[in-house]
Parts: sequence; structure tokens; C-alpha cells
Amino acid sequence: MASEILKLERVCKAYNVGLPTETEVLHDIDLKLDHGEFLALIGPSGSGKSTLLNIVGLLDRPTSGRLLIKGQDTAALDDAEITRLRGHTIGFVFQYHLLISAFTARENVMMPMLVDRGFPGADLEARADRLLAQVGLEKFAGNLANNMSGGQQQRVAVARALAMSPDLVLADEPTGNLDTKSADAVFDLMRQVNRDSGTSFLLVTHNMDLARRCDRIIEVVDGRIRA
Amino acid sequence: MNRWLPFEWTAAVRFLREGRLQTIFIIGGISIGVGVIVFMSAMLAGLQANFIKRVLTSQPQIQLLSPDQVARPLRNGASEIEDAVVQRPSQRVISIDQWPKIRNQMLAMPEVIAVSPTILGSVLAVRGDASRSVNLTGIEPDSYFKIVKVPDYIVAGEPRLTSEDIIIGIELAKDLGATVGDKLNVRAASGATRVLTVSGLVDLGNKSVNQRVSYAALRTAQSLLGMIGGVTTIDMTVTDIYAAEEIAQRIQAANVVEADSWIKTNAQFFTAVQAQQNTNTLIRLFVGLSVAFGIAAVLVVSVIQRSKDIGILRAMGSSRGQILRVFLLQGGLLGFVGSLLGAAMGAFALVYWHSVARQADGTELFPLILERSLFVYTALLATVTGILAAMAPAVRAAKLDPVVAIRG
Repeated sequence: MASEILKLERVCKAYNVGLPTETEVLHDIDLKLDHGEFLALIGPSGSGKSTLLNIVGLLDRPTSGRLLIKGQDTAALDDAEITRLRGHTIGFVFQYHLLISAFTARENVMMPMLVDRGFPGADLEARADRLLAQVGLEKFAGNLANNMSGGQQQRVAVARALAMSPDLVLADEPTGNLDTKSADAVFDLMRQVNRDSGTSFLLVTHNMDLARRCDRIIEVVDGRIRA
Repeated sequence: MNRWLPFEWTAAVRFLREGRLQTIFIIGGISIGVGVIVFMSAMLAGLQANFIKRVLTSQPQIQLLSPDQVARPLRNGASEIEDAVVQRPSQRVISIDQWPKIRNQMLAMPEVIAVSPTILGSVLAVRGDASRSVNLTGIEPDSYFKIVKVPDYIVAGEPRLTSEDIIIGIELAKDLGATVGDKLNVRAASGATRVLTVSGLVDLGNKSVNQRVSYAALRTAQSLLGMIGGVTTIDMTVTDIYAAEEIAQRIQAANVVEADSWIKTNAQFFTAVQAQQNTNTLIRLFVGLSVAFGIAAVLVVSVIQRSKDIGILRAMGSSRGQILRVFLLQGGLLGFVGSLLGAAMGAFALVYWHSVARQADGTELFPLILERSLFVYTALLATVTGILAAMAPAVRAAKLDPVVAIRG
């Protein structure tokens, strides 16, 4: 088994390929993320961080270069295989919480498992409750997403990202919309999960204080990784 | 969360429930559409059944007659035809050739319910100084009453026809000043005369018909009209009234008779019935289309509103097929629930209208026909319409790029 969970080799991403308006936003990105590593990705707005995160999260495909997840080259995978790999290997935490408002906190945490298995069940509910307890929100399990504060919602989002026991969690500015106290709480939670379960984290952030508390910092500027 | 419902069902129900106002309005729209379809279909079916019953219980569905007598030009040779004007001969009242054999053949046909030989002719009914020209129909009551429900139209007396009896129309009775039990002098053109007793008065619902109609026993009419043992028509009913014309054509092709179906002899009425059916179909089609467009419009908006949710679900490993099914199910559920409410609304409106709308004589305007199949088909059709209407928005949702969807 490869020691790295994630490996990017000369990854480029361009939009409007073949058109006069072709724009390359990522240039020859080489990146490795080891199992259990907590990596911060920083850089100014528009530098290509989110595009890089989308490619790593298998939500987008590179124009050229190789992306390996747990040693597996993703270029040859079709849409269904990519979806399955994403669901089983990667968890997401987005900036705007993005819980599904029609469901309760427990159901939101259950959602990745529900999508994978197709049917709900007592075991899924029990796991969701355990995860909610882990993020300190067991009392809010029955609350609809809209009936919780931003910090609480983001903690639910972290619990949801962990539902499938992923090897890698991608967090796109998860503390960007939170006050300092809530931001610290969410970061500490992710760090705790990282230490306890060995889950790798790739954290996109503008907050240098948080970035410094990560294992490693990578800076992206103008679509390139600054050494 | 219901543990028996698959993910797609749970998501579809939750999305509909969360967009409560939107869901209520579209279900209201679907219900009204389905209600109109149920109400119109059931009412028109009732009206049509009523009209057909009125038409077909007062006349035979198929009538066999002697073929028209034709004049043939004289020929000198096999291939030579003289240039001559051929005049149509006057039509003598003649008996159907070998009618008992034809009757038996008709009775053997599986699609035939009843067969009755009759004789038709014009006679003069005289009572005191009053006399009226009337149509006399000689019948065998047992078989004829299965075809024309004369007993149902009797308004006075009884449907009794011995060799001395006659049943006449109520207008004719008024004209002659006769009532049940009175004697009538019935004279044929040949001079033959019989004195018959009025046993019953009929009202066939048409004044001019009631002024001329009369029924006597077959043998009595045969002797009056000078056609002993002969009949001028063979009347029939069949199992499928709408197949009457096709059956008539088959009979005419196989026998030396002219066969007229009620469809042919009531062409105008039949055209009206068909026009009514076509109008009903068109109304249903357009109501169905507007319901479908309503569902599609609501779901298109829902897909836009839920693009972030779709993006999250895709990011969490949901397949395009699952997203497609979530939105198709929403369409189907809207159609199904709307159809249930609409069917109840339609049935309620029908029962109310049935109790309010009356004919001039106070009888019902149409029979209340609430067939279970109508509700089942309507619910099925509305559900399928909902699924089909949801197809375009569902495909759009399934094709959403998760990156774009999450970014909103």
C-alpha cells in the first residue's frame, strides 16, 4: 500500500480548452499527502486553491497530469467509479456548512451512508449519533439544519464528512464564516479526529494562525505551488 | 426517517414537504385538473349512456329488410346495353324471402342477443268520425319486447297483445279520443278491416311518433296487411352496440337481405355522440397537458432552488441515477396525490350536480356512473404524467456539475 493517500503529478487544469479564451488556472502541480497528515493549503483568492481542491476531491478532472488516490490512478475511472471512490474515500467540509435543510442533523450525518447503502437502518442512526456525540452535538440530533447556529452546523458538517470513515477529508475554508471561538472549536475538532483516527486532512484556509497549527503548509500562487 | 423507505423516496418526500407552499399550490392545480377530467368523463358517460338507452330501447339495433326491387334494362346481346332511361320501380311491401331460416341463422350468431320478426304497414285507424293514418307494427311480444322495451314506455293499460288487441301512441289516442279498453276500427289499404281493443298507451318521447305508432300481434297484422305468413323486417339486438354496423354489413354480405344498423339509421345521432367523445378527449388531453406543464414548471424551479443540495449529495457519493430518481419520484408523487384529491373532488362535484341537475319532468339528467376503473385509470394516468413531466427537470438535476452546483 502506498504511504501517501494522495499524489498529484504535473497536474494542469485549463478552462475553454481549444478556444481563444483558453485559460490555464493550475500549472504542473506536484503534491503528496501522507496518511494521517494535516496539510494547510493557503494562497490569495483566485490563486487556484478551490480548483485544486475540486480536482483532489474528484469533483473535477485535471486537463493533464496524474491524480492518484491511495495509489490508484483516477484517469481511467468512469463517472460511476469516480463517484464510488469519492463516496468511500473522501469527506467534504464546505465553507457555507451546506447541510441539507430538509433533514435533521442526524439525517445529514447519515446521508453519505444512506446514499451508499440506499436504505436507512438502526446501525446508520447509531453511527450518526456517535459522530454527533464526538462533535458535541448529541442533543441536537433531531434539530433541522436551519435551527442551529453556524458553528453547530459546521460541526455537523465535520461529523458528516467522517460518516464513511474516509481516508481523506477536504475542508474548503471551513472556518471562514465563523467567529474566532467557533472557528477554533471546529479546527480543534478536526485536529482531534486527525490524531484519533489517522484521517488525513487537506485544509484550505486564509487564516494563518490556523495554518500554522497544521503539520505542513503549502502555498498556491497563480496556479503554482510556491516552494 | 422511515426505515423502509429507500433514500430516493425519503429525499423526494422531504423536498416536497420542505417546499410546502409550492407543493400545496401544484397539488391544488393537479387536483382541479383531475377533478375536471373525472367530473366530465363520468357525466358525459352518464349522459351518453342515457341517450343511447333512450335511442336503443325504442328501436332495434339491426333491422333486416327485403332488398330494394330494381328495374333491369333489356339487353339484346351479352355485351350490348341499350341506351335507355331506367326508372326506379315503386317498392311493393313484400315479405323477406325464407325469413324463418334467416331468423334461425341470426339466433345462432354468438354476438346476437335477440331476434324478432315483424311486419310493418300503413293502416287507417277509425273511431267514430275520427280517423288517422297510422303505422301498424305486427310483433311477437315475447321476442320483440327484448329488443324494443315497449313495456317501459307504457303509460296506461298493459303491454298485452292478443289477436284482438292493439297498443297505440298517446297522441294518437288523444286524436281519436280513445283510451284503454276502447275499440278501434283498423282498415288496411286493401280494404281488410279488423276491430281491435286498445290494451295500452305508449309514450316513446316523440310527439310525431306518438301520433302514428301502433302495435298489434304478428298474425293480426299479417292478416290485415294481406301478407299471411310473411314478415317485412327482422329486428335484432347485439352484445356490442358499437359493432352493430360491422355485424350488419356481414349479415348483408351473406344473405339476400338489406341490413341497417342503428348507427346507419341514426347517423346524425351517432355523429353527435362521437363529436361529444372527441370533445371530451380533447378537453382531457389539454387539461392533462396543462397539469404536466405545471408539474414540470414547479420541478424546474425546485431543481434551481436545490442545486446546492444536489451538489452536496453528488459530493457525498450520490449517483446521477439517484438524483434522477429523486426528481422523477417527486413528479410521480405530485401526480398521484393530486389525482387522489382530484378524483374525490370530481366525484363530489358529480354527486352534487346529479342531485341538482334535473330534466323538465324531474327525472335525473344523467345516471350517476362512478366506475372504479375511472378512478384507477385517472390516478395511474396522473402519476405517469407526473413522472413524464418530471423527466426534463430530473435529467437537468442529474446532469448538474457538482462543482457548479455547490458554488450555486
